[in-house]
Amino acid sequence: MNSATNTMVRSRGPWALAFARLRHDRAALAAGVTLVGVLLLAVLAPVIARLVGHGPGDQFLDVGLSSSGIPIGPNRTFLLGTDSLGRDLLVRIAYGTRVSLLVGVLASALAVLVGTLVGIVAGWYGGLVDRALSRLMDVVLSLPFLVFALALVAVVGPSLTISVTVIAFFTWASVGRVVRAQALSIRELEYVQAARTLGASHARIMFIEILPNVTASVIVYTTLLIPGAIAGEATLSFLGLSVVPPTPSWGNMLADAMAYYRVAWWFVFFPGAALLITTVAFNVLGDSVRDALDPRRETASRGSPEDAA
Amino acid sequence: MLAHRGERLSSAHHSARPGEPLVSLERVVKEFPVKRGGLFSRSREKVHAVSDVSLEIRRGETLALVGETGCGKSTLAGCVMRLHDLTSGKIVFDGTDITAASHAELQPFRRRMQMVFQNPYGSLNPRRRVGSIIGDPFDIHGLARGAERVTRVHKLMALVGLNPEHYNRFPGDFSGGQRQRIGIARAIALHPDLIVCDEPVSALDVSIRAQILNLLDDLQRELGLTYLFISHDLSVVRHVSNRVAVMYLGRVVEVAPVDDLYEHPRHPYTRALLSAIPVPDPDREAAREHVVLSGDPPSPLDPPSGCRFHPRCPRAEAVCASEAPRLARAPGDAAEHLTACHFPLADHELLATTTVGQRA
Amino acid sequence: MTPSAQIGVAPLLDVRDLRVAFRTPDGVLEAVSGLSFSVARGQVLGIVGESGSGKSVATQTMVGLTRGARITGEALFEGQNLLAMSPDQLQAVRGRGIAMVFQNPLSSLHPLYRIGWQIVEMIQAHEPVTKAQARARAIELLGLVGIPHPARRVDDYPHQFSGGMLQRAMIAMALALNPRLLVADEPTTALDVTVQAQIIRLLGRVQQEFGTAIILITHDLGVIAEMADEVIVMYAGRAMEVAPPRALFHEPSHPYTRGLLHAIPRADLAGGRLTPIPGQPPSLIARAPGCPFQPRCAESVDRCAHDTPPLDVLPGAVHHLSSCWLTAGNA
Repeated sequence: MNSATNTMVRSRGPWALAFARLRHDRAALAAGVTLVGVLLLAVLAPVIARLVGHGPGDQFLDVGLSSSGIPIGPNRTFLLGTDSLGRDLLVRIAYGTRVSLLVGVLASALAVLVGTLVGIVAGWYGGLVDRALSRLMDVVLSLPFLVFALALVAVVGPSLTISVTVIAFFTWASVGRVVRAQALSIRELEYVQAARTLGASHARIMFIEILPNVTASVIVYTTLLIPGAIAGEATLSFLGLSVVPPTPSWGNMLADAMAYYRVAWWFVFFPGAALLITTVAFNVLGDSVRDALDPRRETASRGSPEDAA
Repeated sequence: MLAHRGERLSSAHHSARPGEPLVSLERVVKEFPVKRGGLFSRSREKVHAVSDVSLEIRRGETLALVGETGCGKSTLAGCVMRLHDLTSGKIVFDGTDITAASHAELQPFRRRMQMVFQNPYGSLNPRRRVGSIIGDPFDIHGLARGAERVTRVHKLMALVGLNPEHYNRFPGDFSGGQRQRIGIARAIALHPDLIVCDEPVSALDVSIRAQILNLLDDLQRELGLTYLFISHDLSVVRHVSNRVAVMYLGRVVEVAPVDDLYEHPRHPYTRALLSAIPVPDPDREAAREHVVLSGDPPSPLDPPSGCRFHPRCPRAEAVCASEAPRLARAPGDAAEHLTACHFPLADHELLATTTVGQRA
Repeated sequence: MTPSAQIGVAPLLDVRDLRVAFRTPDGVLEAVSGLSFSVARGQVLGIVGESGSGKSVATQTMVGLTRGARITGEALFEGQNLLAMSPDQLQAVRGRGIAMVFQNPLSSLHPLYRIGWQIVEMIQAHEPVTKAQARARAIELLGLVGIPHPARRVDDYPHQFSGGMLQRAMIAMALALNPRLLVADEPTTALDVTVQAQIIRLLGRVQQEFGTAIILITHDLGVIAEMADEVIVMYAGRAMEVAPPRALFHEPSHPYTRGLLHAIPRADLAGGRLTPIPGQPPSLIARAPGCPFQPRCAESVDRCAHDTPPLDVLPGAVHHLSSCWLTAGNA
């Protein structure tokens, strides 16, 4: 029977197609390049410190501050200027990138992991399980972020771990809701029915049938969560709830800079710019990733005869 | 016979011979509660999807289940496949009562009955490779692993007319007809006894339908399959079935060997249904009876009393509204031909005074 | 060579060598490649084809519903070329001259506005009547198409109608401005067969009572046999055969038509094995030269793979055309 053996229009899987689309997206490329730069900045922070000869905690009270004790602006020794204690801003920003990226990515990853799991379980099982988990998500989403963070830190003390945990705790539920909604609609699709008729177990259906189809939106969500997590970390460290000084982070640098903004614009500007550029780049990338993974686009570009009827 | 929960349901217990019942449905009822209102109100409304259906599916045959939207045929198929629990009634598969079987108890039976779905675009997971999809049954039931599984999948692909080299492609790379073949390969993987075909060709192009129908025919002979063929397309049904059961609003209104049904329809609804099918022959089209029913089929939420067809039936009388007719042999019919009607039609009786032929 | 059922009378719609192509990442997709046909006043033209045949694209392009495509050819409606019209001019033609009814009424009607409102709005967009007058007309139309209690149902929302009733409402809306031509694209495919019979009957009445010409697009040969005065069989963007139903079904000429007739199951004949057409419809991107049906045709000769056969009248027939080298006399 050779009637159907031959013709095949295209042989690119859905991921390959998405990737190809992404590669042609200029905004995505620009954002990608920017983020690579940010990553390099973080990774090479010690190298930068060695090159300019200033550590992140080294205070240069004589050359780093003006005669009246005010930070000095960008010059040949301190490329981005200094902060209130005469420390090299460039080096501190580089080290601060590590904190931001670490917390941003880790917290988001954790949130996505938990949220996806909960969302799929709630969406697939439905009924009592769904109602319980949904109520849980609702409660988590209605908790006030800062109040809770403040309370927690008051008890446990500020640290990087706390930062990651708190941010993950407040974001997993929004992922969970989105994943749950998707799981609910996928559940009704025929290929899931097919898996049931084959006798597949619940676990198998959830992880082999539903999960791959949820992954696309999870990826998009992750790229959009990261900037939020970074901003969240900046907020926490601005309030002194994250990493402990003298460890630099963009947030605590901005906190220090508040008192000096009128006389030392660079002290506010550069950490602020770093924060802005990073979050914008992640957002733009996230948008492009969403466009690339959009299932509606997939059908259009496939161009099979059946679609052109 | 009550199913004993503790008892192990053995699937290799009996084995029906050709012609003997493989699946028996006895007074099956399936109702879905409709949830209306907010958190605290609960509506009493129910969708009466299947109401008191008794049918037999015999080994080796193709039994067709036909009807229009809302007749309950898909739900009934779901009951046979035990995708739903029954509201009441009994399902017996090859001598074993599986009505109340749990998920674990059903596993051996899952290998013996499979389904082919209507939508070639929805019945395959777009993110999984085709070889993996077809190999699912082996994986789920632990029957073949690794290289052996790949070999078996290759054989299945060849059997249904697919190129085994396309093992690693995604469903999106295939046409509608080819996807249906993939679905069929998955269904026959474990050599089941019964395959429920739910509108398997309705979504395919006309010139491809014949290919798939022939494939199903070939497979039935090669593998000794029994089919429950669900369709709303009476032309297709005539070609594939041995027996046909016509459903209306949750009940079986007529069941007969295929030629008997098409040539001697007894139930007014069957007659109307058959006359509504457009025939690709202008001369015959002009010459035959056209019964055009008025109005829409009523909703399964609130089915009419007595015979559910009576509000639209040109021959309805008082008894039709009060008493639901039972499936019985009409005078002059073969023993196999059963009709649920108080006034079954005789051969040359015209159903209504609607025009013979449609246009001037 | 364009067929016309009434020789000597200018056709209502005259389409000449219509070609529609789309640019896709994989290449240029030619959905319609050289389609010519005409429709006379009050005539029912049936266009039969499977997916990929281009039947829907062709008619949608005519009324300007296709975007982003390269279109060549002419579509003369009452002498004026639709394809050369500006959006404003087309807007004037739509509704009054040509009205369309689609397959899925649920997606053609706005779910959040009442049916009556949608009809009234359309009438008022084209004609200087008061709201009351338009509403009266809407009620009249709903009654005309067989919707019971039209005065009540005019204020219902689309989701309150069943599939069949909704399709009738669509037809009512299409008829609101007394169009000369009604294009029905698979109007009954999504409906149950008994409801389908009702709708076909309704369309027949529309043609007879109002003299509306109808282009009926479908894949169902049975529906065509019931309704059409003339039939075009399309495949891969071209017309393969054109004939009145009787000639088409009793003396099919083109191998594709014959293949189709043998491949479709019939409820009125005893069952048996069907003869499928082997293979699949071709890709519309990067089309091979020659007849598009050639790869699947059991009767093809060498020439079929190189030259595309023109749509020519069959020897001895007046209204029967076929696009095939075997009958063109030049094999």
